[in-house]
Amino acid sequence: MSVADTGAPAPAARLSVRDVTARFGGITALEDVSFDVAPGEVVGLIGPNGAGKTTMFNIICGLAKAKSGTVLVDGEPRPRADRLAAAGVARTFQGLALFSGLTVRQNVMAGLSPLAPGALTGLIGLKAGPRHLEDAARRAQSALDGLGIGDTADRLPDDLPYPLQKRVALARALVSSPRLLLLDEPAGGLGEDEIDELGELILDVVRENAETSVLFVEHHVDLVMAVSDRIVVLDAGRVIAAGTPERIRVDPVVAEAYLGQDVDVDDIQGVGR
Amino acid sequence: MSTVLLLLGAGLARGAVFALFALALVLIWRATRIANFAQGAMAVTAAYVAYLVLIGTGSFPLAVVVVLLAGAGIGVGVERGLMRYLPTASPLNAIIVAIGVVMVLTGLLGILFGADYKPISVPFSREPITVGSLAIVSPYTLFVFVVIAVVVAGIGLLFTRTSLGLAMRASAFDEEVARLNGVRVVRMRTLGWMLSSAVGGLAVLLAVPTELGLNPHSGDLLFVNAFTVAIIGGLDSPVGAVVAGLGVGVLLTIVTTLWGATVGPIAILLLLVLVLLLRPQGLFSLRKARLA
Repeated sequence: MSVADTGAPAPAARLSVRDVTARFGGITALEDVSFDVAPGEVVGLIGPNGAGKTTMFNIICGLAKAKSGTVLVDGEPRPRADRLAAAGVARTFQGLALFSGLTVRQNVMAGLSPLAPGALTGLIGLKAGPRHLEDAARRAQSALDGLGIGDTADRLPDDLPYPLQKRVALARALVSSPRLLLLDEPAGGLGEDEIDELGELILDVVRENAETSVLFVEHHVDLVMAVSDRIVVLDAGRVIAAGTPERIRVDPVVAEAYLGQDVDVDDIQGVGR
Repeated sequence: MSTVLLLLGAGLARGAVFALFALALVLIWRATRIANFAQGAMAVTAAYVAYLVLIGTGSFPLAVVVVLLAGAGIGVGVERGLMRYLPTASPLNAIIVAIGVVMVLTGLLGILFGADYKPISVPFSREPITVGSLAIVSPYTLFVFVVIAVVVAGIGLLFTRTSLGLAMRASAFDEEVARLNGVRVVRMRTLGWMLSSAVGGLAVLLAVPTELGLNPHSGDLLFVNAFTVAIIGGLDSPVGAVVAGLGVGVLLTIVTTLWGATVGPIAILLLLVLVLLLRPQGLFSLRKARLA
């Protein structure tokens, strides 16, 4: 599917990126990028290094500003960063970005929006009282158990091996049952088995809640091909292709710009949907 | 025996004030990752406001309430007026601005109140209570203990039992990620400054009658001692601030009694060097917490 094929934003689109252009200094990071993510859809955002994938994520989250274009979440202009969680959007980071001085459980609890912005009761700590916190702790523990790392809850993230830290970051994003899950290179640093497990996990997220959408940036092409409903390919800040994994596999522009001519796409394997 | 108890009581009383002031430094560190070198001057300014209320009304309890409010207000003023505009690239920026705040505040206080020490009367005796032939602690010292215990317990509850505390800590560790998790980071920073400055002001007000006397530089030595306490306890650890504060207070009292007042600061600095060599993150800090 090309950019033009996407047309006007579908009313039901969970995420709609329209004509986003971003420039930093004299460098164009993104140029007229448009794509949608529908409810329940898993979309992979791929491209070579410097293609603008993380910039796109940062613009979606409000951590970077676009020169022009719009980002809509559920048809509404994307809220500012500290209201994104309340809008049902959660994100992981390429560098994990765990709170190093908080325990694993507290890290995940932080994913439950500890203080609803603007809530007076939250400001003075009433809503944030022991009962609220105990409930948050229970939900955090449940999220950790679900990812098989419940026994790490009282440890510090830095004391855990990298793959487990990845799971903590994922638990923090999943604990609030987001409607839109943004994963920034979730497979980075993981072994082959762990990547397969991750693929299953991403699919479980959308299986368990048909309304949840996932947009993920990833370099592991086999994972992207295996779990994505659609793939958007960026190169030098532009969308060069968008469509189903089958279509992307055989797209010569993608093969040349990103996958490389020597990639034997028939060898791509992974977990099925 | 009586002397030992008296020394211990005096040391703990002195240490409790160190602990409270160190707690103020820990609070601002936890909320903003800034070592607030202006804490002493800000606290003394709040104490002067309370002093005005005290000479106007004669009510020490009211002065305690006012010092908390004034401290919180000064904290908001410094954060909203200065600190939030600083580039965060280097921690030196905040230190340099804080030193500027010290110079401005102490200069203003000197102009307004003069350099002489202002007496503060308290509604409690400062004479030690005697049990049998043993002199233990004064009612005022007991009052200081109770106030500090209440404040420390309150802060402990805030950070361990409320989401507000969790949000403050999260935003201190990583503002960007905290923001994406729904935390209003700027508000947390302001709350951190409010809380810290209120606690610092209270520490100075409690110490003035017995330790400091009130003049524009009353907070200087207290800041040095409390900063040392905070480092020893672990900048991220309220428990560390309290335990190290009490320990340093007792140590300082014993050392100065045995060898004179000039040896006290040397003993504390030696203790600081020892802790930094053996456990650089402080005695009670979580690993890497100070660097986060």
